[in-house]
Formats: sequence, structure tokens, C-alpha cells
Amino acid sequence: MGALLNQRFVTLAVLAAVIAVLPLVFPSSYYFRVASLVWVSALAAIGLNILMGQAGQVSLGHAAFFGIGAYAVAIGPTHLGIPPWAALLIGAVLSAVLAYLVGRPILRLKGHYLAIATLGLGVLIALVISTESRWTGGPDGMPVERLTLFGWRVSGSYTWYWVTGALLLVGTWIALNLDETPTGRAFRALHDSEVAAQVVGVDVARFKLQAFVIAAVYASIAGSALAFMNGFINPDQAGFLHSVELVTIVVLGGLGSVVGSIVGAAVLVTLPQALTVFHEYEHLLLGLIIIVSMIFMRNGIVPSLSGLFLRRARS
Amino acid sequence: MKSQTTLKMMLAAGALSVGMSHGANAQDTVKIGSVLSVTGPSSFLGEPEDKTLRLYVDKINAAGGVAGKKIELVIYDDGGDANKARTFATRLVEDDEVIAMVGGTTTGSTMAMIPVFEDAKIPFISLAGAIEVIDPVRKFVFKTPHTDKMACEKIFEDLKRRNLTKIGLISGTDGFGASMRAQCVKVAPNYGMQIVADENYGPRDSDMTAQLTKIKNTAGVQAVVNPGFGQGPAIVTRNYAQLGMNSIPFYQSHGVASKSFIDLAGAAAEGVRLPAAALLVGDKLPDSDPQKKVVTEYKQAYESATKQPVSTFGGHAYDGLFILVEAMKRANSTDSGKIRDEIEKTKGFVGTGGIVNMSATDHLGLDLSAFRMLEIKGGDWNLVASGS
Repeated sequence: MGALLNQRFVTLAVLAAVIAVLPLVFPSSYYFRVASLVWVSALAAIGLNILMGQAGQVSLGHAAFFGIGAYAVAIGPTHLGIPPWAALLIGAVLSAVLAYLVGRPILRLKGHYLAIATLGLGVLIALVISTESRWTGGPDGMPVERLTLFGWRVSGSYTWYWVTGALLLVGTWIALNLDETPTGRAFRALHDSEVAAQVVGVDVARFKLQAFVIAAVYASIAGSALAFMNGFINPDQAGFLHSVELVTIVVLGGLGSVVGSIVGAAVLVTLPQALTVFHEYEHLLLGLIIIVSMIFMRNGIVPSLSGLFLRRARS
Repeated sequence: MKSQTTLKMMLAAGALSVGMSHGANAQDTVKIGSVLSVTGPSSFLGEPEDKTLRLYVDKINAAGGVAGKKIELVIYDDGGDANKARTFATRLVEDDEVIAMVGGTTTGSTMAMIPVFEDAKIPFISLAGAIEVIDPVRKFVFKTPHTDKMACEKIFEDLKRRNLTKIGLISGTDGFGASMRAQCVKVAPNYGMQIVADENYGPRDSDMTAQLTKIKNTAGVQAVVNPGFGQGPAIVTRNYAQLGMNSIPFYQSHGVASKSFIDLAGAAAEGVRLPAAALLVGDKLPDSDPQKKVVTEYKQAYESATKQPVSTFGGHAYDGLFILVEAMKRANSTDSGKIRDEIEKTKGFVGTGGIVNMSATDHLGLDLSAFRMLEIKGGDWNLVASGS
């Protein structure tokens, strides 16, 4: 147990060190922007990884919760006069409540059926956001008021780098800890075999629902952070393609690996930026890299590579 | 052991984000940036814009450049994703250090990029349609395409002349359709128009007969207007003919002003009217028309270079680039602030979209004369003679 605790601390310390050191090598605030995007995507992916990697359930509509978080901080202050930070909390609560209500019936489904049900939920939320233009500004999106905390106006790529970095650290810490709690162990049991978990007395329905709600809250907070950071939000962020992107990050980085989600996000966010030099071949190369890495690193980047290093170290 | 691996992973991730290349910045070149939706759902807008910018920057450089400097064009593809556009905008400003920007294919991506250029005080000439881009006026933001409000006004002006006042709307729920519908509803009273039917359809719907039947059965509809772009309006047009509604005058928007609309809608497009830029009817313009020279030259250059039919969307990029280049010449400087001031002073600029006269309160500079009312006859665009 002591060793495990130690390992968690080391992971967290390394992440903190990376966040702290990167700015020293960043030549311009554009890099801060890209890094902040990595932190935000990683935060949403870590949450989804709790559902997919730890509890073994699929969600193809996860961007819906990202969208709810984002639009909560857009609509709350603009239309209802709610302070921005409170809107962030309301968005998280709304996402949790929605995940709870919707999760109860749909988490009874398995495999493809669950995937389709979550997909439907995602499409529905995205549809509501792009049609209720009186509230959401429609398909062209709407501006988001800047976040102010105790009179401090949070803006600029540099500031947001630290804010999102801190959010990611907190999110990582919670996810790492969850792994070692009875809940986390119940998730793992669920992942390995639902029947076996049920036999040993795990309340399958309850734990699935818990994982779904946790994942929704992560996505919602990440969505709020992105909306504040951009000062603008449009329905793409709640759309199907974004859901797919989140699933890709989780699978590419490694199912069940918290660090994997961060690495997956780093790859998927920075790669399109790095590939712009190839102009029209950009999308082709991006697809190729993802296909090749999934063929040769079937368990995802982090679990595959760490397995490789461990084997090397032993021999 | 595992923790060491973790460390390596993270350093690798870090290195990846640092490893992006840093372009060289020579003394005798100036950088102009652009973010366009070259791929994705808006590629039919972004692609001609991309080709136009590359074509004309090469031409300008071959002729010696602007103010003694060659132009280096930096174009990024946002794939229609506003969040990506925002990141590329930051990259243009912070990393590439462009002096000005011509781009922003969709209203969504333009709105997402505006704060970046406003903060950096770099002029941004947008190629997006909606009026929100320039209303309210922002100091560093300009645009070249006609607004959806102008399209509504042009259509209503034509309807008024034909003594038709009761109209039915059938709009797409995409950004373009929703925005234009709202503008039409807003300006309708100014022209004495009464909207008696108001239907909409999803951008990917494949049949609109239900909505059209409802409009057909509404008492007193004298004309139908279809704010939308992409393939939706072509389907609406086909359904319109199938339902035998041709006796009711039908108006499309400038959003369908490309040859592919006529191809898609086929014979059903006969008699459809729409407001569009002079570019579509360049060869039919009278020689006295001030735009004739510009539009025929652009059409000839674009079509011979790309082997594709010209569209008004590429024309917007042409206008944006040359408004900027003329401003740079007048300012005789590469200072973003000075260039901005000169863009705002643009007067009598003859572009493909119309004659541009900007001012401190008008960052578009086009009036209703920039739009021509066209009617589709014999599978081609035809100018509607005023008074008919």
C-alpha cells in the first residue's frame, strides 16, 4: 500500500513538474494556448476514462456534458445574471443530475445498445443547443463573459495555462485516488466481469451510475473551462465528432490509465498543429498515425510502452 | 520502475508540444495570415477562398510585391471547427507574427477568432456572411461579403416592386439559414412585408415537401423565400416544383450563388430569383458597368488557374486581399495599426462583391446596389431588368 501511495505521488509530482517547467521553453503565448487545450481535453478524457477504462462502460455522447458545462457558463451570466463561477458549479450539478436520471435506464443496456443510447443522448443535447437559438445563439454560437474571481479577471493564454493546469492536477489526483478506493475496485470488478462482480456482492447498477455521473462532472467542468478560455462557444463542442475525439483520446492513450488520457490528449491536440506543414496531407497523416499506433500499441500508448520498458528492464 | 516510465512518457508529451517548427522571418517579406475551412462541411466556401488567395499572392509577388516587400501567405485549415480556428488565430498572431489577416470562412469561426485579433490590434478582414461580424463595429474587424440583412432587403425590394406583400419563409436551421431568417423577420416591416408562414428544415434533411405543403395551404401566400445554403435549398427547389407551386414566385438567397445549385436543382430551378454579386453574370453586364472589368478578369484568372467554375465565395477572398493590399500601399508601411486606419479609409474600391466605401461606422462598405437580382433561365443566371 505504501508503495502504491508513493507511486501516485510520483505521478502527480511529475505532472506538476511538467506543468511548471514547460513555460520555461515556450517561445510564445500560442504554446500556452495549445498546452491549455491539452489540459482541458485531458481533464475531460480522464473523466471518460473512469467510465470506460475503470468501469468498462462505453459513452459515445460524452461531449453532451462538455456542452452543458460550456453553455452553462455562457447562458448563466448572459441571460440570467448568475456569477460566472456559480454558473460553472450549476453546470456541473446539471450534468450530474442529467447523467443520474438518464443513466438509470440506459446503463441497464450493454455493449452496442449502451453505445447507441449514449450516442442518442449526445445527438439530442447537441440538437437542443443548436436549435434553441434564443438562449444559445444557435449554430453560430454565443460569446461567454470572462470569468472573474474576487475581482480578478481571468483572461489571456498565460493565465489560463495555470488555471487549466491546476484543474488537471486536481482531476488527476482524484482519479488516481479513486483507483484505490473500494469504489475504484468495484469499477475494476465491473470492468473484468459484470457477472462475477455481482456474485461477490458489488451493486452493479449503482456503481455504473456512479462512474457515469463522475465522468459527466469531469466533462462539464472541462467544458466550462474551455468556454471561459475562448470567451466564445458554439455547438460543435457538444457534437458527435467531439464525443468521438474524447473516446479516441482515451483509447489512444490507454484504457484505464490516467496518465494515458493526458498523453492521448497531448497527441491528439498537438499533432494537428505539428502536421500543418503538410497542408493537404495533414488529415491523411493524422489518420495514419492513429491507425499505426493502434495496430502496434493495442492497449494504448502508455500501457503498451510501459509494458515494453518493464520487459526490457527485467531481461 | 513504473514511475520512471511515467516520467519518460510525460517528457515525450512535453517535447511533442515544444517541437513545433518556428518559421524564419526574413527582412524583405511581410506575413499575411489566413484561417479557412478548406476541408469539412464548409469546404465549398473555403476551398475557392484558399485557391484565390494563393493564386493572387503569387501574382502580386511576381509583380514585385507590396511596398517593396514580398508577401508570405500563411494559411491554416480549421476544418470548420471554431475551436481550432481560435487556436490557429493565436498561432498566426503569436507565432507567425502576421501583420494582417484575411480569412474566417464561417461566421462561427470568425466570431471565435475576433477576440484574438482585437486583443493583438491586428486588422482582420473576415469572409463570413452574418452581420454580427461588423455590427457592432469593432476597431480591427472588417468583412467583404454582403450581409444576410442586405439579401433580405434586396429580395423585399423586388417583392415590393411586384406588389407582393404576403410571404412564406422556409429556412435552414444551420448558421446561415437561422441568421438570415432572423434578419428577414426583422426588416420585413420596413418593406411592408407580412410573414404569413414560417417553416424550417434541418441542414441534412432530404425531403421538405411537408413544410412546403403547409406553406402551400396557407391562405394568401404570394411569394416564398428560402434562406439557406448548401444542398438544402436545391432540395427545397425540387420539392417546390414537384408540388406544382411554380405559380408562386420563389426566392433563394445569395447562399446558393454557385453553378452547382443549378446543377442540383435541375429544371426545377427555372424562374427562381436570387440576389447575388455581379461576379455570376460578369459577361452579361453592360460594358458601362464599373465592376465588369474586375469580375471578368477575376473569373478568367481563377478558371484558367484552377479549371473550376468561379464562385462568389472565392471573390470575397479576392476583395479582402486587395482591400488589404491597397491599404498597405497607401500606408506604405507594414505597421498593423497604420494598415488598419487605411483599410477603414477604403473608398471607391471596385471588387467582385461591389463598390466598397468604408467608414468608421461601416466596416463592410457595401450598399444594396452591390447585389444584382438574378433569375435562373435556361439553366443560367440572368439579370432581372429593373421594373420587370
